[in-house]
Amino acid sequence: MTAAEKIVPAAAEPLVRARNVHKSFGENEVLKGIDLDVMPGEVVVILGPSGSGKSTFLRCINHLEAIDRGSIEVDGEQIGYQLRGGRLHKLSDRAIAVQRRKIGMVFQQFNLYPHMTALENIIEAPVGVHKQSRKEALAYAMELLARIGLTEKANAYPRQLSGGQQQRVAIARALAIKPKLMLFDEPTSALDPELVGEVLATMRDLADQGLTMIVVTHEIGFAREAADRVVFMDGGVVVEQGPPDVVLSNPTHPRTRLFLSRFIQGN
Amino acid sequence: MTERTITPSIELRDVVNAHRPIEWGRWLLWAFVLIVAANFAWIVARNPNFGWPIVAEWFTADSILKGLSVTLGLTVVAMIIGTAIGLVLAIARMSNDTLFSSLAGLFIWFFRGTPLLVQLIFWYNLSTLFPEISIAIPFGGPTLASWNTNDLITPMTAAIAGLSLNEAAYMAEIIRGGLLSVDKGQVEATDAFGMTRGRALRRIIIPQAMRSIIPPTGNQLISMIKATSLVSVIAMSDLLYSVQAVYNRTFEVMPMLMVAVIWYLIITSILNVGQGFIERYYARGERGASDANVRAVRVEEPA
Repeated sequence: MTAAEKIVPAAAEPLVRARNVHKSFGENEVLKGIDLDVMPGEVVVILGPSGSGKSTFLRCINHLEAIDRGSIEVDGEQIGYQLRGGRLHKLSDRAIAVQRRKIGMVFQQFNLYPHMTALENIIEAPVGVHKQSRKEALAYAMELLARIGLTEKANAYPRQLSGGQQQRVAIARALAIKPKLMLFDEPTSALDPELVGEVLATMRDLADQGLTMIVVTHEIGFAREAADRVVFMDGGVVVEQGPPDVVLSNPTHPRTRLFLSRFIQGN
Repeated sequence: MTERTITPSIELRDVVNAHRPIEWGRWLLWAFVLIVAANFAWIVARNPNFGWPIVAEWFTADSILKGLSVTLGLTVVAMIIGTAIGLVLAIARMSNDTLFSSLAGLFIWFFRGTPLLVQLIFWYNLSTLFPEISIAIPFGGPTLASWNTNDLITPMTAAIAGLSLNEAAYMAEIIRGGLLSVDKGQVEATDAFGMTRGRALRRIIIPQAMRSIIPPTGNQLISMIKATSLVSVIAMSDLLYSVQAVYNRTFEVMPMLMVAVIWYLIITSILNVGQGFIERYYARGERGASDANVRAVRVEEPA
């Protein structure tokens, strides 16, 4: 099943609904009104030049960054806030932590726990946060390790793994909480070129299995093969979006064209 | 490359076969230092003023062992309380809440800024400032409970209060430094997984901070053992006080001090070994701790 053939029911509610999202760091306004819906099962790849705000937007979705204006909803819940009695209330840190538990995240720098083995990394959140039994979590962790082809590295510490292997373990760690939504923040940008392929292959498998994914990346090839929709951001706004073959092959906006031409030259 | 292709000249150039020059200068220096050390030991051993038979006689005397146990007990209790309060202070100091961070800052400022000896005397003489300690409604409301300060403050409680509050101030800074040394990405990962602050600290942040907390804490523990000797001024019979009690009667000052010196050295040596073990435990998963294993694992990889 290719990405384009995936059936998304027209009447379904979006899993992620971002409206007029603004974010500034001091004087610097990084997001200038982002609107984006992501449907369940959809794979959205966000492309754009450095400093376009794409990573910041991704980090706003699970409230690693607080937004200044607008709203973000995930699975029908507004992130960081709650509407009660006709007024919007800021949620406590603890309540925000609970909201984050259905969102998996993969970081550019992997951020595996260095003092724990691959297996311990994977079961940490299921056992400690989601209160699964250790036995159940271990069984699922081994299943995930088998899926990413790293069964024999279960007891290796992150330092003993290559960058690509670390990032695959980080993906398994995020999957272990059975997330409704997966966020990928430039997952291959810290990797040596020859290790990028194995991580992208793992991500492509997930896309084929119908997981809802938002991926910030520079990998145009991945966008072309795995994305249902490509979103091109520049200067803190969404410049253009649509199916990959349209946006990547026939971009309408000059800034998209410029960005893509640079990439094709670069490759 | 196979054996056969190695020409004699390349074999000669193999660094494995290199001839290492004998370092005469280094060997001479070693010999010189060893001779001086042996000579010094010989002089000390034969010097009657050290009174070695008296050292041996008192080394395991009851009063000395009792003093030793007080020293060890005080060290352990003060260190545990000090570290616990220090951890709370470190977290408060790093908090975004100005109230918590400035209260912790004030505590650290005061207890690091005054001599430990003064703090001990202050606690011991607390009753001169506050003859009574009571729990009451503020601004002259009814009293709920009340104690006589002299009943609360014994040499033991004054020593524990003085040592552990002073220790807490130093441990707070050591722990804060350790927490700051942990990569920000680790905090982000715990946030993204919806961990509570407490769990993130306990499972992820503190275990990683331990690597930089342990060495200075070992230092603190060793200086704490010696700092406990200050409690002799408030009539607490620790190791040094017990030794002084003996030489005040017998006038064998030097031999009795040697008893204390040897005991202090024995304790600190044991602690050094323990510190090594703890450091190795918290270095697991780190480069250098298992470099050989890393290489062994890497070789098997199909690239």
